[in-house]
Amino acid sequence: MLLINCPHCGDRAQTEFTYRGDATVQRPDPATASQAQWLDYIYFRDNPCGPHIEWWQHSAGCRQWIKVKRNVQTHEMLGSADATGEIADEIEEAPA
Amino acid sequence: MIQQPFRAPSGGAINRSKPLNFKFNGKPYTGYQGDTLASALLANGVKLVGRSFKYHRPRGIMTAGVEEPNALVQLRTGNRTEPNIRCTQVELFDGLEATSQNCWPSVDFDVNALNNLLSPLFPAGFYNKTFMWPAGWWMKYEHRIRKIAGLGVAPTEPDPDRYAKRFAHCEVLVVGGGPAGLMAALSASKSGARTLLIDDNVILGGALRDSTETLNGESAMVWVTAIKQQLVQMENVRILTRTTAFGYYDDNLLLACERVGDHLPPLEPSQSRQPRQRIWWIRANQVVLATGSIERPIVFGNNDLPGVMLSSAVRSYARQHGVRCGDKAVVMTNNDSAYHTIAALIESGGKVLAIVDSRSTGPGKAALDIANQHEVEVITRAVVVNANGGKYTRKGLASVDVNSYANGEIGNESRTIECDLLAVSGGWNPTVHLFSQSQGKLRYDDKLACFVPHASVRPQVLAGSINGEFATRNCLIEGANAGRLAAEKAGFVPREFVPLPTCDKIMEKPIEACWVIPVAKGRKFKPAAKQFIDFQNDVTSSDVALAYREGYQSVEHLKRYTTLGMGTDQGRTSNVNGLAMMAQLSGRSIPEVGATTFRPPFSAISMGAIASNETGENFMPLRRTPMHEWHLENGATMVNVGAWQRAQCYQRPGETMMEAIYREGRHVREKVGIVDVSTLGTIALRGRDVAEFLNRVYINKWMKLPVGKVRYGLMLREDGHVADDGTTTRISENEYYMTTTTASAGPVMSHLEFYAQTVWPELNLHITSITDQWGGMALAGPDSRKVLEKAVDASDVSNDSIGFMGYQEATIDGYPVRIFRITFSGELAYEIHVSSDYALSVWEAFMRVGKEFDITPYGTEALSMLRIEKGHIVGGELDGRTTAADFYLGCQSFKGSGTEPHGIKKDGHNRVMRSTKGSNMSEAGFGGMQKTGEDFIGKRALDRPGMVCDSRKTLVGLISENGKEIKRGSQLIEKLGDTPPVKMLGHVSSKYYSANLQQHIGLGLLERGEQWMGKTIYAASPLTDTYVPVKVVHHVFIDPEGALARG
Repeated sequence: MLLINCPHCGDRAQTEFTYRGDATVQRPDPATASQAQWLDYIYFRDNPCGPHIEWWQHSAGCRQWIKVKRNVQTHEMLGSADATGEIADEIEEAPA
Repeated sequence: MIQQPFRAPSGGAINRSKPLNFKFNGKPYTGYQGDTLASALLANGVKLVGRSFKYHRPRGIMTAGVEEPNALVQLRTGNRTEPNIRCTQVELFDGLEATSQNCWPSVDFDVNALNNLLSPLFPAGFYNKTFMWPAGWWMKYEHRIRKIAGLGVAPTEPDPDRYAKRFAHCEVLVVGGGPAGLMAALSASKSGARTLLIDDNVILGGALRDSTETLNGESAMVWVTAIKQQLVQMENVRILTRTTAFGYYDDNLLLACERVGDHLPPLEPSQSRQPRQRIWWIRANQVVLATGSIERPIVFGNNDLPGVMLSSAVRSYARQHGVRCGDKAVVMTNNDSAYHTIAALIESGGKVLAIVDSRSTGPGKAALDIANQHEVEVITRAVVVNANGGKYTRKGLASVDVNSYANGEIGNESRTIECDLLAVSGGWNPTVHLFSQSQGKLRYDDKLACFVPHASVRPQVLAGSINGEFATRNCLIEGANAGRLAAEKAGFVPREFVPLPTCDKIMEKPIEACWVIPVAKGRKFKPAAKQFIDFQNDVTSSDVALAYREGYQSVEHLKRYTTLGMGTDQGRTSNVNGLAMMAQLSGRSIPEVGATTFRPPFSAISMGAIASNETGENFMPLRRTPMHEWHLENGATMVNVGAWQRAQCYQRPGETMMEAIYREGRHVREKVGIVDVSTLGTIALRGRDVAEFLNRVYINKWMKLPVGKVRYGLMLREDGHVADDGTTTRISENEYYMTTTTASAGPVMSHLEFYAQTVWPELNLHITSITDQWGGMALAGPDSRKVLEKAVDASDVSNDSIGFMGYQEATIDGYPVRIFRITFSGELAYEIHVSSDYALSVWEAFMRVGKEFDITPYGTEALSMLRIEKGHIVGGELDGRTTAADFYLGCQSFKGSGTEPHGIKKDGHNRVMRSTKGSNMSEAGFGGMQKTGEDFIGKRALDRPGMVCDSRKTLVGLISENGKEIKRGSQLIEKLGDTPPVKMLGHVSSKYYSANLQQHIGLGLLERGEQWMGKTIYAASPLTDTYVPVKVVHHVFIDPEGALARG
C-alpha cells in the first residue's frame, strides 16, 4: 500500500485516495481544438515506464484532487502538488 | 507404556510440572507446557506423522520451524479445523487434537501408498500432461486425481473465533529477535525512536536458544533475558512475539500475524476477551531485517524417511524441549554447524555413532574438538548416499549407506551404519523472503554457498545471518550498527552506544557446497532410491532431470513444470537444492540459473485473520436513513441498495410481498403515498460562478434559472455518454441544491470536484456533499397537496404559490423544510427535504396528518413500478453506453459549434434534433434544453459518427402480449424460430408488472426504436427458456402529456 503525500494532509495511506489517471493531459480549448485533438483527449493515454504524473483525489481526506509524481515501475513517490501547482523537479544530488 | 520415552529428565525451556494432554490420530499422549506439537510427538516416539502428497510415502518431522515440509496435520476439529498446519509451529495446549493428512484409511496403512510403486506414471509435469490425453477421459479421472492429491480438508462450517486487525506506526521496525535483532532493537530504541520488535517464536533469542555459546561469560539466554528486560521497560519499545511478518509491501508497510490465542484451549468468543489471531498493519520509517537463516538438507536416496532430520532441528528439540530425536544417530554435513548437534544429542541422552563430513578439508578445530570430546567418529570426504528403512518403512530409518566422496563424485569405499536418526546439514540459506518481497536484489555467494541480499530498494537495513554472517559475534555487531543506522536514517540521534557482550570468536572451516548426491549404482534387484528435493510436493532429482531433458531449464519453468517450491512451505528446504541441480545439469553456474521471486505471504495465513473483524455486518459500512427504525417498526422489508438500507415494501398481515407492492403502487396513483428518498445524493453548491459551472457540467441551460425554481439536469461523461441525471434548485442568489441518483452520489461528487478543482479552477464556487446531513421524503399522488397543506405550519403551498418545478421553504411542526415540486412517478408530487435530525419527526407528521387521506408508505419496489410506468430512466438505462438522444432528450445542434461534424447524415442530424415532446424530462422542466455554442462536458464527443448514426438503440416501452412476465435482461429479437445466430435488436433494461395498467411492462433499448412502434417483437431469455411476445410502444405508459404532474 502506497504512502501518498497530500500537500494538505501529509503522508497518508493509499486507501484514502482515489486514482484517476494521467495528470499531464489537459482539456483542450473546446472552441479551437480539432476533432482529432478531442479524441486524443478523451481516449488516448500514454503508458510510460518510469516517472509519471497522475491525478489522485484524497477522497477520504480533504477531497482535493492532487498531482502525484510516481515511478510506475518501482512505485517510488517522487513528489506531489495541488491541482494547479507544479511538482518541483527532483534536486539532483551532487556527484560525490 | 513409558510416558514420553524420548524426553530427557531435565533441560529445555519446558515446564515439566505442567503436563498437557493431547490426541494425535485419536490416540492420547502427554506433553509439557512449552512443547510444540512436533516436540511432544517426538518425545512420545511418534515418527510417522503424515503421508506425502503424491506418492503417499511415510513422512516424519524434519525441521523445527516454519520450513517444515512434511509434518503437516489437520489441526482441531469441527468448525475450528484447519488443514496443512505445520506441527513444528503449533504450541501444545491441553486438549489439542490433530490428525494426519493424505492418508486413508490410516497413516499406518494407506491405500494410496501404491502410488509409490506406480511412480513412473506420475512424472514431472504429470498434471499438465494429463491435459494432452484424450479429452474425453479428463472428466472421468480429474476428480479422482483431486481426491488422491491435495492436502488437508477445509472446514465447512463458519469459523467461530474472533480475529482482529490493528495498525501500528514506528520509526524502526525490527523483524527477528535473534542476536542481531535484539541488538538492533536496543540500539535503535536508545535514540528515542519508536521501535517495534517482532519475532515468530514464543521466546526471543533466535539461534541462541539452541546454542551453548556464552555471552558475557554466561549462558546466551541469560543475556537474552536481560536485553528483553531492558526493552520491555522502555516506553518507546513494543515487543510482539508469536508474530510472523508475512508481507513486505510498498513504502515500508509490513503485515504481521500475531497468534494471540492459538496456544490456549479454544474458548467461545463470548467467553474470551481476546481474538484468536491479530493482523498488524505496520508502517515503518525504517525496517531492520534480522530474519536469520534456515538450514537446508542434502539430497540423497530415500532422504524423506522418517528419522532423517535437519541438524538444526535435532539441536533445537534437544536444547529447547529436552527431546532426543533418536537413540543412535549419524550426522551428515558439509559445514561446521552440525558438529554442535553432537553435543546437543548426547545432552538429551542419545548416542552419536559418526559424523559424515563431505568436505575435502574436514572440520574446523572447534568443531573437531566437539567430536573428539564426545568420542564420535569423524568420517571426512564421505557422504550418505542412501537412507534405508527397515522391514516397514513407516517405522522409519534403520541404516544409512556411507560412501567416500570427492569432487562431487561418490567413490568405491562404502559402509552401512545402523541408526535411527540422521541429522543433516547442507548449509544455511539466509531468510531473504521479506527482503525479496521488498524488491531487494539477491546475489549468489560462492564462498557461503547461498543467496545473500545484494541491494536494498526500500528504507531498510539488514543485519545478521540474513547477510550470510553466521557467527554470533558478527551478528551482534551488525545488529548494533543496523539499529543505530536505522534510527539515524529516521532522524533520531542515538544517545548512547549499546555495549557488545563479550563473545567467543570461533574459527570455522568454510562450507563446501554439496547439493544432490549422485545416485548410487550397482545394487542388484533394487531400483535407485528416490532422492527428494521438494518433500512437500514430492519432487525428486529425477523430476528435475526430466524437466531439464524436456527443456524446462529456466528457473521459473522448472518451478511450474515440476511444482518444485510451490508447496505451502514455499520451498524453504528445496529451492536452492533444485536450482543447484539444474545448474549442474545444464553446465551453468547457480547465479546464471537464478532464483525465483518470493511473494507474500511468507507463510500461510488463515483466511479468518485476513478477513479479521471485517465479516458479517462489519464487512462494509451500512448506511441507514433517519427513518430506518420507523420502517422496521412498520413492517418494512429492508434491501441493500449500495451501502444503503432501503425499505422494499411494507407488508401488511396476511399479504404477500407482491400483493403489498401492487397495493402500494396503485395507492400512489389513486390517493397518496410517501417514500423515503434520503438516499438520494445531495450536494450544496455555493459561489458566484455556480450557474456557469452547472452550465458546463449539465447539457442544458442554467444561466437564467430563477431563485425558487428547480430544473432537471442531465450530465454527460466527456465521451458523450450519459453519466447521471438529477435536479438542481436555486435556493438563493449564490446557493444551489443538487440531487443525484442514489447510486451515483459518490461518483458525481468526485466528478464535480475534479472539474471544479482541475479544469476550471478559476470558477468561484464551493461544492459540499450533504447527503448525510439531509433527509428526504417524496409525497406522491392526487391527494399529496392536501396532505402537504395540512402538514405545513402556515405556508401557502397552492399551485399558484409552488407550481410545477417550484421550490419553497416552509416549516412543519416548527422544523424548517425545503419543498420541491418534482415528480418521478408522473403524479402530483413533492419532495420534502429536512435536516436529518428532524427527518423522522417530519415523516411522522406526514403520517399523522395524512391519515384522513389514507396516506400509505411505499418502498423501492413500488417506486420502480411507478417510474417505469412513467418511462423515467434510471440505472438500467444509464448503463454508460447510452446518449441523451437515445432517450429523446435532444441535444443541441452542432451548427456554429466551431467544429466540422463529419459523417453525420441528414436523418441522423434530425434525430438529434428530434422533438422532446412527451418526454418525462421535458415536462419536468427540462427547459432551455437546446444549448448551442456553449461548452459542456461531453459536448465535443456528441458529433462522432457512432453517436449520431441512425441505427442507435433508442428507448421504447414494451408490453407483454401474452400476459407473461418479461424476464430481466432479455434480448429483443424480431421473431422466433430463426436459426442462431439471431440478430439482437436490443435489450430489456427495466421491467415490472404494472399494477395500474395490469400488464407486464418494460423499458428497452431497441435499434431504431421508433420504426418498431406498434409492432410485436420478442423478449428472449434463453437462460430461463422464456420467449415473450412484446408490443413496442412509447416509453411513457401513463399520462404522456404530463397533465397530472402539473395539476
